Amino acid sequence: MSEYLLEVKNLVKYFTLNGDFVSRVAGKTQTVKAVDGIDFYIRPGETLGLVGESGCGKSTTGRLITRLIEPTDGEIKLHGEDLLAFPPKRMRETRKNVQLVFQDPYASLNPRKTIMDILSRPLEVHNLATTWYEKRERVLELLNLVGMGSEHIDRYPHEFSGGQRQRIAIARSLTVNPELLIGDEPVSALDVSIQAQILNLLRELQEKFSLTYLFIAHDLAVIRHISDRVAVMYVGKIVETGPVTTIFNDPQHPYTKALLAAVPEADPKKPPPRLILKGEIATPIDPPPGCRLQGRCPIATSICGEVEPKLETVDTDHQVACHHL
Amino acid sequence: MTQPVLEIDNLSVQFNLKRGVLRAIDQISFEIGKGETFGLVGESGSGKSVTARAIMRLIPSPPGEIATGTVRFQGRDLYQMPDKEIREIRGQNIAMVFQEPMNALNPVFTVGSQIGDALRTNMGMSKQEARERTIEMLQLVGIPSPNDRVDNYVHEFSGGMRQRVMLAMALSCDPTFLIADEPTTALDVTIQAVILELITSMIERFDMSLLFITHNLGVVAHACDKIGVMYASHIVEVGTKEEIFANPQHPYTVGLLRSIPRLDVQSKFLTPIDGTVCNMMEPPPGCKFNPRCSHAMDICRERIPEFKELSPGHFAACHLHDQPTV
Repeated sequence: MSEYLLEVKNLVKYFTLNGDFVSRVAGKTQTVKAVDGIDFYIRPGETLGLVGESGCGKSTTGRLITRLIEPTDGEIKLHGEDLLAFPPKRMRETRKNVQLVFQDPYASLNPRKTIMDILSRPLEVHNLATTWYEKRERVLELLNLVGMGSEHIDRYPHEFSGGQRQRIAIARSLTVNPELLIGDEPVSALDVSIQAQILNLLRELQEKFSLTYLFIAHDLAVIRHISDRVAVMYVGKIVETGPVTTIFNDPQHPYTKALLAAVPEADPKKPPPRLILKGEIATPIDPPPGCRLQGRCPIATSICGEVEPKLETVDTDHQVACHHL
Repeated sequence: MTQPVLEIDNLSVQFNLKRGVLRAIDQISFEIGKGETFGLVGESGSGKSVTARAIMRLIPSPPGEIATGTVRFQGRDLYQMPDKEIREIRGQNIAMVFQEPMNALNPVFTVGSQIGDALRTNMGMSKQEARERTIEMLQLVGIPSPNDRVDNYVHEFSGGMRQRVMLAMALSCDPTFLIADEPTTALDVTIQAVILELITSMIERFDMSLLFITHNLGVVAHACDKIGVMYASHIVEVGTKEEIFANPQHPYTVGLLRSIPRLDVQSKFLTPIDGTVCNMMEPPPGCKFNPRCSHAMDICRERIPEFKELSPGHFAACHLHDQPTV
C-alpha cells in the first residue's frame, strides 16, 4: 500500500490546434501544452488546493485524474496502482472512488430530471440499490446530509437557488461513497454568504466520511481556508507546492508572491494590491524553452530563458521550481 | 459644503412583468460628491446594476418604470430632461464601463472606429482628429503600440486589454463621472490589480467621481472612499470604507464581512449568513433581511426600517438602532 491516496507523476496533456489534414501536411499545427509534466500527491484525508489563473491547466488536471480525458503522458496512481492501465470495467468500478463536483450548478444538473432521478442514477449505474424504496431512502439520506429537506426530492433543478443546486451536485457525488472528491471551482459561481455555507458543508462532510479533496480554485482566500497543502500552477506547470501556511506566509516562487500581492484584501488597513509581474499571462501554445514566467519575472536572468527549472525540495513537503532561490 | 455631483433621492425602479411586479430597487438614496469614489456592494440580484442603469436612464420601459424618486446630476433632474440632453450627458458627462468588454464592444468594427464614432458624435471631431485622439487615449490606458492596435478588432485583444479599450472609450469624451459595473469580475487577480490601479490613476488624473459596482469586498476596500451596501433592492448601510469595515452597523454587513474567507488567518469553519436571498417577486414583509437575521424582532417582520444617520456620514436601515442609545 502506498502512503498516498493519489500520486501523479510527470502528467502531460497536449492538445493540437489546427489538427486537420491540410494543416498537418503544411506543418501548421500548434500544440497547446495545457498540462506539461506535473507531479503531486494527496495523502488520505487531506485537502490539496490547486490554484492558478485562467488557462493554467487546473481544470484539465482534474479531468485527467478522472480519466474524462486521456493524458498524453505520465502516471496517475490511485493507492499505488496505475490508474491508466485499468481496463474499462475496472475503471468504471474505480470511478466510484473518484468523483467530481463542477463549477456551474446551473449546467451540471439535467433540467428535465427531478432530484430523485438525478441522485438515484449513480445508484443504478453502480448497482448500489435495486428497489425503488431502497433508492428513495438513500436519496433522502443524501439530501439530509447536504442540509436539504425531504420535501425537495421530487422537484426540478430550476426550482432551486445556486447554493441549493451546488448542495445537490455535492449529494450526487457522494451517492457512491467516494474516497476522493475533486471540486473544480465548486464555490466560485456563488455569492459570498452562500459560498461560506458550501465551504462549511464540504468541511463537515470531509470529517464525517474521511474524504480526500482535490480542490481546484482561482480564489486564494478560499484555497487558504480549505486546504492542508497547496499547489500553485502557472501555464501548465506547478511552480510551488507546500503546506498551506508555508505557501501563504513564506512563499518562495516569484509567481506565488505576485499572486498573493495582487489580491485585494477585504480590509482597508491592509496594503492595497500590488503588481509585481509585468505583462499578461503567457500562452500555453508552443511556449518558449525555459521558465514559463521568464518574460514577466522581476528576477529573471539568462538561465531562465534556457533551462526549465525543476521542482526542488526546499523543506519538508515544500517544493519550488525556480533558478533563483 | 459643495453640491454633490450625483444625488439619488428615494429612487425606486420596478419591472411590471406578467408574473407580477418586481421591485428591483426600492427607495434608495445616496449622494456622490466631486472627486469622490463610491463603491456599491451587494450579492447577485440585489439591484446594483439596475441602479447604474437607472442613473444612465437606460431602464427599458416597458416593462421597467421609475416608481418613485429622482436622480439629479449636477443639480439637474435626469428624468425631466428631453432625450437630446440626456444623450449629451451620457456621452460627455457620465461614462460607463461594463463587466464583459467582449459583449459591450462591437465585434465587427475596429476599436478605433468605435471610439472614433463616440468622439465624432459627442465632441464633433473630424475623422482625423478622432483617430489621433483615439490613439492618444489607447496610449494613456497602457495599450502597447497604439498606432497599430487602433486598427485591431476586439477579439484580437486579451481580457485585460479589452477592459483597457473600454476604459479608453469611456474616458475619451472627458466625462466628469464614471460608472464601473463589475469591471474586474471577469479578470484574473493579477490583471484585476492592473485594471484597478489604472482606474484609480485615471480618476485622479481627470478629477472624476466614480460609482464602482462590485460584489467583491476586497476590491471596494481599496478602490473606494465611501461604500454603500445593498441587499434585496434596499441600500442597508452607507459609510466611509473605514467605518463600514471597522464598525459595521447593519447585521447584513456584519454577516457579509464575517463570511469571507481571509488570507491572513485560517479558521476551520466560516460564519455564513443562514438561509438564502428572498424571492424578489414575493419579498417578506418588513425588513427584507429579517428571515436571515439573527437579531430579528417582531417589528422587523412588520415595518421596513428607516434609513437614518447614526453618526456623521454613516447611515443604516435597521430597527436595532431605533432604541435611543444608552
